[in-house]
Amino acid sequence: MTLTDEEQKEVTKPVGLGVVGWLRWGWRTLTSMRTALILLFLFALASVPGSVFPQRNVDASLVARYYANDPVKAEWLDRFWLFDVFHSPWFAAIYLLLFLSLVGCVLPRTLAHLKEIRRKPPAAPRNLLRLPHHDEFTADLTIAEAAATLKKRRFRVETGPDWVAAEKGHLRETGNLVFHVALLVLLIAVGAGGLYGYKGNVLVVEGDGFANTVAAYDRYVPGASVSAESLEPFSFKLTDFQATYIGPGHEKVGQPLTFSATLSVKDAPGAAERVVDLRVNEPLDVNGTLTYLIGHGYAPVFKVTDGQGQVAYEGPVPCLTSNTSTYESECVIKVPDARPQQLAFLGRFLPSTLPVGEEWISVFPGAANPTVQVWPFAGDLGLDSGEPQSVYDLSAHKNLKPLGTMTVQPRPLAVGEALDLPGGAGKIEFTGVKEWISLQTTYDPGRMPALVASIAAVLGLVFSLTIRRRRVWVRMKDGRVTVGGLSRTEGSNFTDEFAEIVASLNPRSGVSDDR
Amino acid sequence: MTADTLATLSDQLILAAILLYLAAMVGYALELAFATRPAQVRELVASDGSTITETQEAEPVAWAMRAGRIAVGLTWVGWAANVTATLTRGLAVERWPWGNMYEFVVAMILAAVTVYLFMQLRYPVRFLGAFVSVIAAVGLGFSVRVLYTQAGPVVPALDSYWVAIHVTAAIAASGLFTVGGVAAALYLFRGSRGEGQSRLPALADLERIAHRVIVIGFPIWTFAVISGALWADKAWGRYWNWDPKEVWAFITWVAYAAYLHARATAGWKGKAALIVSLVAFGCLLFNLVGVNIFFGGLHSYADVN
Ligand code: HEM
Repeated sequence: MTLTDEEQKEVTKPVGLGVVGWLRWGWRTLTSMRTALILLFLFALASVPGSVFPQRNVDASLVARYYANDPVKAEWLDRFWLFDVFHSPWFAAIYLLLFLSLVGCVLPRTLAHLKEIRRKPPAAPRNLLRLPHHDEFTADLTIAEAAATLKKRRFRVETGPDWVAAEKGHLRETGNLVFHVALLVLLIAVGAGGLYGYKGNVLVVEGDGFANTVAAYDRYVPGASVSAESLEPFSFKLTDFQATYIGPGHEKVGQPLTFSATLSVKDAPGAAERVVDLRVNEPLDVNGTLTYLIGHGYAPVFKVTDGQGQVAYEGPVPCLTSNTSTYESECVIKVPDARPQQLAFLGRFLPSTLPVGEEWISVFPGAANPTVQVWPFAGDLGLDSGEPQSVYDLSAHKNLKPLGTMTVQPRPLAVGEALDLPGGAGKIEFTGVKEWISLQTTYDPGRMPALVASIAAVLGLVFSLTIRRRRVWVRMKDGRVTVGGLSRTEGSNFTDEFAEIVASLNPRSGVSDDR
Repeated sequence: MTADTLATLSDQLILAAILLYLAAMVGYALELAFATRPAQVRELVASDGSTITETQEAEPVAWAMRAGRIAVGLTWVGWAANVTATLTRGLAVERWPWGNMYEFVVAMILAAVTVYLFMQLRYPVRFLGAFVSVIAAVGLGFSVRVLYTQAGPVVPALDSYWVAIHVTAAIAASGLFTVGGVAAALYLFRGSRGEGQSRLPALADLERIAHRVIVIGFPIWTFAVISGALWADKAWGRYWNWDPKEVWAFITWVAYAAYLHARATAGWKGKAALIVSLVAFGCLLFNLVGVNIFFGGLHSYADVN
């Protein structure tokens, strides 16, 4: 189908007067194919800044870095939602207009097509020899025979007293409409997924458990219409995590090969436990709520004894990975229960330690020779002050004093070793190594509809691009048979098929038609 | 054979393929330059006053035609080297041989050459060989010099059967679009020099070639984008997150859809539509190379050293 001249005229001239006329003109303009194309282009163009500037929903820390580097520019970019392009009002405006435009163009076309499908092929024109494809021969062919031959070729056929009209290829338009409707459904499914779905992130250390409630998440992002009670009530315990890496002797030594977390999962309170091997690309599925393994790191285990000889802390401390090729990590240990003074430590965890002169580095991400360097502090942690604090940061604590002299690179502790704190403030012992995993749980009710719509879109597209519409007419008079053909899909090659059709109609051509 | 031998063999076969494509290019160029003299177009005035244009084809030059046939032979041999290089790489690493940028570009070149070779079996499109072989040689050279990565395993995220589905579709579509891009570029080049003044085939033929490959490529690209979303759903827990690679795959898709619409719109068919198709091809190339180099994002682990 081509945009016809009348359609273009209709689009460019506001017809009539008054409000109704303008509304009609607006609607026509909005739903014209050209406007849809322009909107589609705008939609694509509008997504470009989303790939140029860091996006909050993809990586918020990159946005924070942008702010740190150039606060004035960042401020301005933020004013235009350039860090949230896909949630910005101007993106939504384009999305909505495109949606309206699609509805406006698909509805009338569908109605027209439904009528068209039920219509019989039009009667034969008087002079078939004027058509782009034509031929004639003498034979005693009956109307019924000609109709049967064309029917065998899967034409829809209509007959008259001395003519046969046949048509084929409605699937082209059907496919095209299916494609466009599928796009609409896809837009709706994506929108619904955003409204009725949720996303949560949590970090779990080996040996610990998790229950799917809003409170259990470190970060929870619900859609606008999600209630906290509707979360799927599953729970699990992380019993083990294993990572393997490329060994020495390869260009990419240290590159991860496999990650595997063993979970014992209860699908609901009181349900039987099942063991799940959670891997990248293989999420845990509990009734459509999916949990993904997206990261991992180390959690060295410490035992802190305070100045009064009491054990003030014992357990794993998840560390942030500061170097992803060696898994050198940074930890903060806060011990508010320590007496007489509260204690805190900065730690640097090295999974595969190698001394280099007076310093120590990690050379491999696997825990082949784990050690931890510890910097002790004492004073008031200020946990009662009510100010928000990060578990990964000590810099906010102004009332903490370093214990003893701070060295740049203290001698690291191996597993089982302890550091006696200066002035009888106690000791810290490095007792073992655990690993943590970070998980993302998502629930998105739009997933399946979006998938079905996508498949329908591809199938519709294939039909719309490959099927050709063509018409064939046969007229008979006194033993002379004339055949005319018309391809209604411009640019397609109908000559060969037309010749075949003529040959199969002509009993003397010797072509037997077994279709 | 051990994995190391296979990997080395693969590297050597790529070098062989580059040389063969270059040699083929010379043959094609000779044929293009010398096989046919530009057709003579004469306007005759018939007795009833209407004009008839008569095109007089000059006799083809035999030796130059032979150069063209030899070039096709060389392209087939280069193609065989290219196929074997990809196969041995896959055997060496025991996975699908398109897990990083180097392997991806090698496979995409292979797809483009495959499209061309099979097209010229059915249609008279040998002239495309000159341009496809240049692109193949330059593309392989670029991937060896800039993108090369030692044969080895991939990160866990890429260790998935989705590579076979999603990346294969992307490669096939890219190969088709590359041939479409060549035909479109030739159309514009030829169009700028006026009808009848060129050794290249008629504008209408170039237009048809471009349209044919893009029409096949577009649904495959659509499928590649959708299977990518399915994989993202399996790997990251969301099927679409506007990651830069996703954004540019989408932009490419929209641009090719715009080409198809433009071609179906009165007054746009021909030059204007083909310019849109070249913009789309530019987006495809940018997504392939630019996004990995300029932007971060989850896809960027298809590492470039
Ligand atoms: C108001 C909105 C739209 C209208 C009125 C419209 C109209 C049409 C029409 C009439 C055709 C048939 C062309 C032909 O048969 O050659 C068509 C084909 C097509 N449309 Fe749309 N369209 C719209 C939006 C879209 C959108 C948003 C997309 C998505 C990218 C899209 C993708 C396609 C494709 C791929 C084809 C096949 C082109 C071909 O047949 O060569 N359309 N459209």
